[in-house]
Amino acid sequence: MFSLLSPELAMYVSLIVPIFGLFGIMLADKAPNVREGVTLVTGVIVFYMAIIVAVAVSGGARPGFEVAEIIPGLAIRFEVEPLGAMFGVIASGLWIVNSLYSIGYMRGTHEKHQTRFYMCFAIAIMSALGIAYSANLLTFFIFYEVLTLSTFPLVTHKENEAARNGGRIYLGILLGTSIGLLLPAIVLTWVITGTTEFTLGGLFAGGADGPLLMMTSPVVFVLLALFAFGIGKAALMPIHPWLPAAMVAPTPVSAFLHAVAVVKAGVFAMLKVVIFIFGIDFLAGGWAADFFLWLAAFSVLAASAIAMTQDNLKSRLAFSTVSQLSYVTIGAMLATSMGAAGGAAQIAAHALGKMTLFMCAGAIYVAHHKSLISDMRGLGRKMPFTFIAFIIGACSIIGLPPMAGSWPKFMLMWGAADAGHQLIFLVLIASSLMNIVYLLTPMLRGFMDPLSPSLKLEKGGLAEAPLFCLVPAWITAIGTIVLFFYIKPLLAFLEPVTGAMGQLSAVVGG
Amino acid sequence: MAIPGLEQLPVLPVVIPLVAAPLTLLMKPGRAPWAWATLVSWVTFVTTLLLLEGVWVNGPIEYAMGGWGAPDGMTAPLGITYYIDLANALVLTLVAGIASVVFPYAYYSVESEIDHRQTPAFYTALLICFTGLLGVTITGDAFNVFVFLEISSLSTYALVAMGARNDRRALTASFNYLVMGTIGATFFVIGIGLLYQATGTLNMLDLHQQLMGQSNRMVEAGFAFIITGIGLKLAMVPLHLWLPNAYCYAPSAISAFLAATATKVQVYIILRFMFTVFGFEFAFLDVALNAFIILGIAGMFYASFVAVFRDNVKQMLAYSSIAQIGYMLLGISFGTVDGVAASLIHVFNHALMKAALFMGVGCVVLRIGYSNFSAFNGLAKRMPWTAWGLIISGLSLVGVPLTVGFISKWKLMEAAFQTQTIIPPLLIVLLIGASSLLAAIYIGRLAYAMLLQPVPEDAEPVKEAPHLMRITMWIMVLANIWFFFQTDVTVGVATRAAQALLDTGLGYGGAY
Repeated sequence: MFSLLSPELAMYVSLIVPIFGLFGIMLADKAPNVREGVTLVTGVIVFYMAIIVAVAVSGGARPGFEVAEIIPGLAIRFEVEPLGAMFGVIASGLWIVNSLYSIGYMRGTHEKHQTRFYMCFAIAIMSALGIAYSANLLTFFIFYEVLTLSTFPLVTHKENEAARNGGRIYLGILLGTSIGLLLPAIVLTWVITGTTEFTLGGLFAGGADGPLLMMTSPVVFVLLALFAFGIGKAALMPIHPWLPAAMVAPTPVSAFLHAVAVVKAGVFAMLKVVIFIFGIDFLAGGWAADFFLWLAAFSVLAASAIAMTQDNLKSRLAFSTVSQLSYVTIGAMLATSMGAAGGAAQIAAHALGKMTLFMCAGAIYVAHHKSLISDMRGLGRKMPFTFIAFIIGACSIIGLPPMAGSWPKFMLMWGAADAGHQLIFLVLIASSLMNIVYLLTPMLRGFMDPLSPSLKLEKGGLAEAPLFCLVPAWITAIGTIVLFFYIKPLLAFLEPVTGAMGQLSAVVGG
Repeated sequence: MAIPGLEQLPVLPVVIPLVAAPLTLLMKPGRAPWAWATLVSWVTFVTTLLLLEGVWVNGPIEYAMGGWGAPDGMTAPLGITYYIDLANALVLTLVAGIASVVFPYAYYSVESEIDHRQTPAFYTALLICFTGLLGVTITGDAFNVFVFLEISSLSTYALVAMGARNDRRALTASFNYLVMGTIGATFFVIGIGLLYQATGTLNMLDLHQQLMGQSNRMVEAGFAFIITGIGLKLAMVPLHLWLPNAYCYAPSAISAFLAATATKVQVYIILRFMFTVFGFEFAFLDVALNAFIILGIAGMFYASFVAVFRDNVKQMLAYSSIAQIGYMLLGISFGTVDGVAASLIHVFNHALMKAALFMGVGCVVLRIGYSNFSAFNGLAKRMPWTAWGLIISGLSLVGVPLTVGFISKWKLMEAAFQTQTIIPPLLIVLLIGASSLLAAIYIGRLAYAMLLQPVPEDAEPVKEAPHLMRITMWIMVLANIWFFFQTDVTVGVATRAAQALLDTGLGYGGAY
């Protein structure tokens, strides 16, 4: 069934179909059902193409093509490796789920400018795939900027004062760090190596002639700093404020873009830079990564601590995302195979878990227009399906089996042990405990406490969110459980990049 | 070396507009002068393209005016020589190319902003200005540079003053420009005089030969006078004060034309004098290079910062031009092939961005009547083509990928990483990034007004700008994207041109 299209053709299609979808959505402005139909059809096609690509990649192929050479040696080029294929499948698959959810949410809250909303989403998914499939830093940078610009209208969707302020912070930080720090990092890489291609084993690690840079040189630290802070989408503290600011957007935007596509593009880039630009062994041989390891660890704890103080459910989830993203950064900066594998698994696991949480938060808002946790007391008995889905997602974030989120934590601890950073154990455990406090407590109070008077609901009976909001949340919630049992194929798929399978086979089976 | 069959080609870019200009004055006001000027610009553009191709294939062209070349046994020519290598062929093509798009654009804008009876005089002055800019670029004679510089400057003063029908402040702006421009020209001619005193020649290549090894106070003073004089015409911070008002109150088509060509030609003159005439053997050159790095960075920040707070979009863009000149000076100050190439690339790319931006503002002035920020509120709904053209070229100015601005930033950063200057390379690169962010802020302000601000309630409905203006503007906007993918013209030509310039500068005179 997958032989209909060559993987190269599938890549072309998956990058071009969203643009056709964009025009289709624009033309169907006056007919909402057709418009959403176009979005869903586009989503299904893109997802199918992403799977074709992933199947080819798992068979050892590295499909790719060149679009244009800008300057000799500097081209817009695509090539897929397992990490990118995984990100492509996650992004395009969850886009379909999110599109279903958007229908329920946007109609349920009677948002304006829905056509623009779906158009921007189409560009965003195209740039997410562009990031996933890019073969070099230049191509990555182009789509990174397109993603920033295309999501700006989504963040400012409500067009009120709060949305404009949030949008200003969003664009200011993301554009600022990317032009001010990431671009210099890329140019410096180009100046040192004469290329920006992602190379397995690391560009700086070099080939037979040995590394292109001294492992202990301060230049490595400078470069790593430019990358780590320049990839603002990874929300490493202190570059994180754009993420809470982006929460003024409608919930589908927060659910998909600010829990999956945008932030995952950031940490995905972090992993790619460490694995393909520096090289795991190269970084392990120097001292530069340690600083960022501890910064990420600080980020995990500090963001969790802030999350505990937030009464607004979406802000709480945003800070939780900041914290969880730093898991991936920790995985990258550990500079071990197991750390990289853990970081990659976290991308998948957190995407499913956090999206569930956001969709539940949105469902509560659609049904009862409540966004403050203090208003949600007793609501669980009225909306049990929403709240149970939330609890499943929360357990995954906390890292409880049988939810997918337990694997990355396990692998990160293993990686930390390999790297000799046992203190990371404590950080991860403390983070889990804080997750329990700020994610589970409000949900349990939703079931235990008396109904909040601000809800103005009668006792007895259900008051659930629309089905379009509920079903997608359950899809991802079940997804976290499924992924727990199917972690082995995922790790085997990533094996060519991370190389952690040998160590893991004792746990997940040979 | 001349191109076979086209021996007289090098003189045509100057002679065609020069002869055409007085004829324009005789025409009836209205379409005729405009159509004539447009035709002239197109023909001139073709000649410059042929020249560029000729130089690319066959190497530099020397053309002795009136056949007054060097007599037997002598190296220095008797008369004026035109000397065309890749550096000036590129700038020539740029100037003529911009003219061939801006001249057709000008029709409706000029009809609405200038007294109908003055149109023949307007196009005459425009063609003379065009002649001057091309002449400055093409000539290989130092004094001839001054002559053409004044031809272009004097006609520019008149053109700026013609904005007075819309806004009387154009008169003071023009007068200011006249005073400052004349001081600059005086400085320049004093410098040339000192060099002539020291060497007895005015031909640039000959000057280079004669100046080799000479480094006394007189030559140094001559150098300083020349650089300062051009610095004034170039609007190098802190000699920039004439520029914002001149660009702001000039007729819109003139702002677009000048912003894209005039300062670019001055950058070329600086390159020519620094590297072809003086060269690295001239130890005093380092003083200028160090000054440029400081002044360039100062300009990048000061002017961008001022631009953020302007209320008039034309003035904001004018300050942005001053800031962009800072990038070009920075590139020159590295004194490397990469740096000079980056500077030339930015000369080309910035011309495309600023032409498109000023043309967009011209459309707004035509339909809404003024260029304050309030005119741009909700423009994306009122004039979508204009608004999106402005946004794309604005992104190019910021340096977003898929636009030429990105190529400029990339090459400049690349060059900065590879230099040894008084400021550490990484710091320079971060400063370039930071100053791009200031550009992002003022362009963001414009985009914000156009996209997110509501249309004023009392605003009368407006039509889009006429097709002619929209099409010409979009040619420029698309050029901003096209030359991102097609960097042969910019990066390819500019790198070879910079190589040639620096080879002369290092004393390998014949290594073109």
